[in-house]
Parts: sequence; structure tokens; C-alpha cells
Amino acid sequence: MLLREVEYARPETIDEAVRLLSSREDARALAGGQSLVNVMKIRVAAPELVVDLNRIEELRGISAAADGSLVLGAMVTYDELIRSDAVRAARPILGEVALTIADVQVRNRGTVGGNLCVNDPTNHLPPLMATTGATMTIRSLEAERTVSSDEFFLGVYLTAVTPGEMLTRVTVPALAPGESDGWASVTLGKDGTGIVNVAATVAAGQARIAIGCVSAVPVVVEAEADEVSVRKAVADADLDPPSDVHASADFRRHLAQVLAWRAVGQALERTGA
Amino acid sequence: MPEPVSEQTISVEINGETYEQEVEARKLLVHFIRDVVDLTGTHVGCDTGNCGACTVLMDGKTIKSCMLLAIQADGATITTVEGLAAGGELTPLQRAFSASHALQCGYCTPGMLLSAAYLLEQNPHPSEEEIRRGIQGNICRCTGYVNIVEAIKSVAEGGGA
Ligand SMILES: Cc1cc2nc3c(=O)[nH]c(=O)nc-3n(C[C@H](O)[C@H](O)[C@H](O)COP(=O)(O)OP(=O)(O)OC[C@H]3O[C@@H](n4cnc5c(N)ncnc54)[C@H](O)[C@@H]3O)c2cc1C
Ligand code: FES
Ligand code: FES
Repeated sequence: MLLREVEYARPETIDEAVRLLSSREDARALAGGQSLVNVMKIRVAAPELVVDLNRIEELRGISAAADGSLVLGAMVTYDELIRSDAVRAARPILGEVALTIADVQVRNRGTVGGNLCVNDPTNHLPPLMATTGATMTIRSLEAERTVSSDEFFLGVYLTAVTPGEMLTRVTVPALAPGESDGWASVTLGKDGTGIVNVAATVAAGQARIAIGCVSAVPVVVEAEADEVSVRKAVADADLDPPSDVHASADFRRHLAQVLAWRAVGQALERTGA
Repeated sequence: MPEPVSEQTISVEINGETYEQEVEARKLLVHFIRDVVDLTGTHVGCDTGNCGACTVLMDGKTIKSCMLLAIQADGATITTVEGLAAGGELTPLQRAFSASHALQCGYCTPGMLLSAAYLLEQNPHPSEEEIRRGIQGNICRCTGYVNIVEAIKSVAEGGGA
């Protein structure tokens, strides 16, 4: 399909990228392109300028902070998450969930930063950011700030990254002793789009649960890590999920409870509790 | 700071040959390959990133070429289905597709072959589950996949893609 005419720039540093992003009203970062190029085809997005982040070395790579946290460059791909020993050691759920995103080709290109910035309610990574306590670092022309997931995800396709800014890295705390993660999801076909996605982190008998696909942003609930408490906490969250051809709102509410307990159950199995 | 451009001359190596061409920034890689370089083995199926008919290898990894701008491929090395049978001799994988009747209309086949070649390069002895996951990004409306999986399996067992 023919895209609308667009200008293109390929910066090599974060500095250059934010300057380019700030240079036009309608400039967009281009990461893996696995969402953006498609919405440009149907002209839901028609930016004047795309700023290709693919050659910015500073946005690549997975490293460990002094406290053991994983630092993921915004341009780390799903494939890199899956292959990373550092991820496997510090927070294995990230690679496990990334392995269920779409297919090989999408995983070869799609990036952590793109997944979070597009904030599609069905995307896999936003709920995980909420349960793991990840923080997102955003750069503007003048400043850098770091926000938590409840400050980052603001609405459907809307995040704290405003025009002219970019996400540079995501910091995910390593699992603490006794802490563990779980994930459960019902998808359209194997590894397809989520109908409901749930991430959970359990520590000392307490579960932190984040539910995707039911609202504009991941819905976070806390509960004691037993079935009755988890189901009740999700019921009390008064979810108002969308209805579509794949599932009614009622069915999504039902799935949210079932999957929340499955995700917590998986986390519990891993602590050996 | 690099100046934004609406067109630019790019240099791309495709199947061992270097192409230098001016492209508009809005041109998708798949159109560059098909319409400019005239290698029409790479197909456009869905144009939405779902079907995998446009799959090529870029710098050694499979990508769907309908989701990349051609201008982004500046400096890249690409293999399309035409690059598999270098010198005109089919690869064992291509022969296996033929022997196992792993294609009917053939629309998905170029992308399927590249995904299968990539899978076997990464994992020379995949299980059936791994084969199925390896071609998940390639939709075939004809075969029901059984013979495609058989073909890949036969090469995996026979050794060498
Ligand atoms: C067939 C198919 C199936 C898919 N299924 C799933 C699925 O089940 N689950 C799932 O999670 N995803 C799925 N995806 C989407 C995929 O994960 C995308 O990769 C992801 O949504 C966007 O990441 P990207 O790197 O491709 O970003 P892009 O498409 O390049 O960018 C997406 C948006 O984020 C902005 N952006 C990107 N990076 C930055 C940054 N560093 N700073 C500021 N803004 C930025 C861009 O400007 C753009 O608006 C699917 C995609 C396809 C094609
Ligand atoms: S044409 Fe590219 S995925 Fe279908
Ligand atoms: S052989 Fe026809 S689509 Fe696969």
C-alpha cells in the first residue's frame, strides 16, 4: 500500500532524536514498525516526519544496574529479551511472555519501547510493567524523568511520552528472594492477540495483579494470594471491559477472575509455596 | 543532526548483488524488492503484517518486508526466495517442499521457505511443535500445513537446509 508522503531521518544519538522529534509538530519515532507502519498504511497515522530509532546504539542492549535491576534499552527487541541470560536470571517472565507475542518475524523487529509506547490495551508488556514495578525513563529536549507504570500508561494509545519526547529505557527490578511472577492469558488462537491478559507478582503471600485487555490501561489489583481473595479482588474492581466479536464484556469479566487466579497460581508454584 | 529527507539513494545487497537506487521515504521494502529490483518472488498477501507472504531475511533474520520502509534497509543484506537456489540448484528444503507436496497455489511458499530456512539455521533439529511455532507468522490457505511441516521435518532429519 502506498503511504502518504513522509520525511525520514535516521539519528545516531538520543540527543539528535529528541531534537528531530521536537522539530515538527507531527514527528513520530519509528521503532520496530510492527504497529506504526501498519497504521500509516491505513492512514490512521500520517506523520510528517518519522524519526528512525534503529541506529541509535544507546537505545540498544540489556544491562544490570548496581542494585541488580535490569535496564532495557527502548530498542531491545522481543527476540533479544527471549535470548538474554541477564533477563533469564533477573526476571525470566519477561522473556517467557515475549516468546508468546505474535510470531518469529514480529519478535525479530518489535521492541520493548514500541510495545509500551503504543499502549494498545491488548499488548503483552504493559501489564508486566505494572506487576514487576518497572520504571520508564523519558527524555525531552531539556530534561529526563523516570515514571512508574501508573504514571506512564494514560489511555488507549496514550502514554506519558508527549510529542517531542521519547522513551529511552525501562528499568525492571530483579526478583527479590521469595518473590515470583506469573502470566495467564486467553488468546485468539495460539500466541494470538489477547482476549484477556493477566500478569501477577507474588511476595510474602501478597499478590499484585495487572489485567490487560479490559480497560484503556492495565488494571492493577492487590490481594492475598489465595483463590477466594484473588477472585474477590478482581470482582470488586468493577471491570468495564469492551464487548466485541471475540468475547462479551461479561465473559471478559469472568476470564479476568479465572486468569488472575491462574497467574497468581503460577507465581505461587514458582515460589514453591 | 541528520536532515530529514523525503527521498534518498540507498544501497542494499539483495541475493549477493548490490543495488543503488533513489527511493522515496514512503516506499515499503516489499515494493522496492518487487517493483524496483523486479524480484517478484516476494509476495504481498495481507499488507497488514499478518500473513508472512512478504517474509525476507534481512541481516540474517526473518522480517515481514511490508512493515519496513525501504529507506531503512540502507546498508542491509537481504535474501529473498530467489536467493535460496543460488546457481539454479534447489536447496534440500526446496526439494523437500516439492517432494512432500508442501505447496498448492504457492502464494505463501516464498515466505514459508525463508521462515523454514531461518528456523533450521537457528535450530537444526526442531520438534514438530518447534516447527509449527517457527512458521506461525506464515499463513497458508491451501495445504492445511501438514505437508509443510512434513517437508521441514524431512530436511531436519536428513540434516542441512
Ligand atoms: C501480526 C501482528 C500481531 C501482533 N500481536 C501482538 C500481540 O499479541 N501482543 C503484543 O503485545 N503486540 C502485538 N503486536 C504488536 C507488536 O508487538 C508491535 O511490535 C508493538 O506494538 C510496537 O512495537 P514496535 O517496536 O514495532 O513499535 P512501532 O510500531 O515502531 O511504534 C509504535 C508506536 O510507539 C512509538 N514509539 C516507539 N518507540 C518509541 C520510543 N522509544 N519513544 C517514543 N515513542 C516510541 C511510535 O512513535 C509509534 O507511535 C503484533 C503486531 C503484528 C504485526
Ligand atoms: S503482506 Fe506482509 S505480512 Fe502479509
Ligand atoms: S499453498 Fe496456497 S497459500 Fe500456501
